[in-house]
Amino acid sequence: MSVFALGIELDGAGRHPAAWRRANHTPTESLSAKTLLKKVRAAENAGFTLATFDDSILPPSDGIRGRVDAVNRASFVAATTSTIGLVPVVETTYAEPFHTSSQLATLDYASRGRGGWIAARVGDPAAGRAWGRPIATAQAELDREQHDSIEVVRRLWDSWEDDVVIRDYARGRFLDRDKLHYVDFEGETFTVKGPAIVPRPPQGQLVVFGTEADRDQVDVVLIADTDRDTAIDPANRGGGLTFIEIDVTLDTPHASAAERLAALNQYEQAPNPSRLEYRGTISGFVELLTELAVHADGVRLFPTVIDEDLPALARYVLPALFRSGVAHRPVPGSRLRDNLGLARPVNRYSKV
Amino acid sequence: MSSSDVRRPDAQVHFGVFFQGVNHTTIWSDPASGSQIDFETFRHVITTAERGLFDAFFLGEGLRLREQDGKILDLDIAGRPDAIAQLSALAGITEHIGLVATQNTTYNEPADLARRLAGLDLLSGGRAGWNAVTTDNAWTGENFRRGGFLDHELRYERAGQFIRTARAIWDSWADDANAVRHLDVATSQFNISLDPTLPRSPQGHPVIFQAGDSPTGRDFAAANADVIFSRHGTHFDDALAFANDIRTRLVAVGRPTDDIKIMPGTQIVLAQKASEVEEKRRWVLEGQYTGQTALSLVGLVWGRDLSNLDPDGPLPEFDPVPAPISVTRGAARDGKDPVAIAKEWRALADAKNLSLREVAIETSERSGFVGTPGQVADELARWIRSGASDGFNISPYIVPGGLDEIVEWLVPELQERGVYRTEYTSRTLRGHLGLRPPLTRRGSVDTDSSVAG
Repeated sequence: MSVFALGIELDGAGRHPAAWRRANHTPTESLSAKTLLKKVRAAENAGFTLATFDDSILPPSDGIRGRVDAVNRASFVAATTSTIGLVPVVETTYAEPFHTSSQLATLDYASRGRGGWIAARVGDPAAGRAWGRPIATAQAELDREQHDSIEVVRRLWDSWEDDVVIRDYARGRFLDRDKLHYVDFEGETFTVKGPAIVPRPPQGQLVVFGTEADRDQVDVVLIADTDRDTAIDPANRGGGLTFIEIDVTLDTPHASAAERLAALNQYEQAPNPSRLEYRGTISGFVELLTELAVHADGVRLFPTVIDEDLPALARYVLPALFRSGVAHRPVPGSRLRDNLGLARPVNRYSKV
Repeated sequence: MSSSDVRRPDAQVHFGVFFQGVNHTTIWSDPASGSQIDFETFRHVITTAERGLFDAFFLGEGLRLREQDGKILDLDIAGRPDAIAQLSALAGITEHIGLVATQNTTYNEPADLARRLAGLDLLSGGRAGWNAVTTDNAWTGENFRRGGFLDHELRYERAGQFIRTARAIWDSWADDANAVRHLDVATSQFNISLDPTLPRSPQGHPVIFQAGDSPTGRDFAAANADVIFSRHGTHFDDALAFANDIRTRLVAVGRPTDDIKIMPGTQIVLAQKASEVEEKRRWVLEGQYTGQTALSLVGLVWGRDLSNLDPDGPLPEFDPVPAPISVTRGAARDGKDPVAIAKEWRALADAKNLSLREVAIETSERSGFVGTPGQVADELARWIRSGASDGFNISPYIVPGGLDEIVEWLVPELQERGVYRTEYTSRTLRGHLGLRPPLTRRGSVDTDSSVAG
């Protein structure tokens, strides 16, 4: 496989619910622009292919209870970073697909083609109550909203052909309206007319991430599986890229991974793992990633404490992967699609 | 300026820049016209405005591409970013300037929009503003989950409940962030229950702008807004009458007369020498009124597609369809009697020997200020010191460079006259505008966040 992408989740202070107690900033700085920028810059400097930003309209379950929405966070760092992909979660169960499409296309312009989207179902009925919409909890309902939202957002991104703006002075026309398209989506619970308000994003289509159930609609499937053999089993897979998700706790100069976890669990017990977990030495983690690179197109790492595990990843793990050629550091000006080996998609509406 | 005009000798001019993103008033045919969507265009405009010590940078809102006669309008600039996402990106490259997002209260929901505005406010260190607008038409609703669900008379009811709910969401965290109040809202428009996820920024709440001009809209502003983005930015007497009307309405709801700042939308055309002013004015108008745009505007009056006529020829010989002027979808235009207008325009064309395009230019509503930097500075100072407005929300007639002359020529003239700041003295939008704390946060610590109604 030619590409092995390195993703990192940067929500909050880390994946452990007590991670905020080990952060380098005070709790009052948890939601600040400065803290956000430091984390993203650290990940970019390390050479990560992309950063993801979890989100929910509901408060996070850590001690901070606060969270700026993911699109705002990704957008805020878009113009002051240059290589890292910026991939916010935007949920599909209640959000307006038209707004979602505009927000993400805007992120792609501000980041010069480094935008992505994790399309996510929201099963918690409290989210529906916050939105004030009919509650969707049945799997079929969540699947329907996910499917229809991705479909509409993708159609809207294509609803402007790349060369709509013509500035035809003699004919007095700024736009060629034949290259604008109504998307005319009609689903079970909503319809969207189109076209988009934002021109086609720089990448044509942002890189869309989802679960195995979304494989037909997304560019990248994120595999959350606690068992390594199942996670890497190609028998379960169709086309497209596959990323393995990993909870990672590394040995640090002052404490082993086990000691670090034990100390955090004294504050608050971490929930049972829902994805592959690694705890241990740096060299062991390099070996694991090198092996996974044979089976998958990338990983998404969930550091236990961002301010402790990210420095170790940056100093020792990523340089080893770059040295051995397992992974590659993205260069300024490259688009996220380029760095994932994905072509710029042909517009579904353009006449050949 | 006569001394009797000077009601506020110490008043200062506040500038905002409104990056329009639609309308024929933004020239696209000149080589200086840049991309409407590339981030560099926005970077240029906002950093120029910040260099000019502006209070705020404004973005409009797009919910559907404009149409005329059932077709997408292709004559004007179009294609613009989502306001909040773009302002967040711009927050990352600026330090002082306010960031105002136009967002409607019909095709958004309070928990989501209040959270996104609060997020922008936090990340920008207290520089967010919200231009709250209402929409009721089913045509816009075709892009949204609920469709065109709102009756016209309910749009301000929903808007009022929306803003009160947003304020309650912003008030739900204790000042020390150690306690969060769960919020249940049950009104005619909303039935929601949530645990808000964000504390307040240094400015308390995002600054609330309102643009409605009808009596209902003005009352709505008096009850809810911090700033009015008015339409009264061209004629002094009209602006003063509007400002006095707002002050009266403020008193009626128990607010101080200076509790709302009035910033009319306007255009400023500058030429360095008095002898060049007329030529510059013509150049701007001719860029704004291309032949096809003139045919389109005249076509609105005639009630039919005139795009095959010669814009440099005469007005049509046939009469307009005697019906109310059709509305360009997505643009505001008042209905008048087309036959009467045609009669007036023909008389004008005959008297001055004007082509169709020249008539369209001649009859366009004069907009804003034209003159040398010194002339315009005198006039703006008069407006501010007379209480006709508190500032101006300037729409550049060309982007990205349209603001450069204003910052380089006009701002120094205003500073010389002592009516414009020489440095930022605050880091928040509320601070720049000299506004009091948010309406719900002025009394005791346990403020009234009731959202009933």
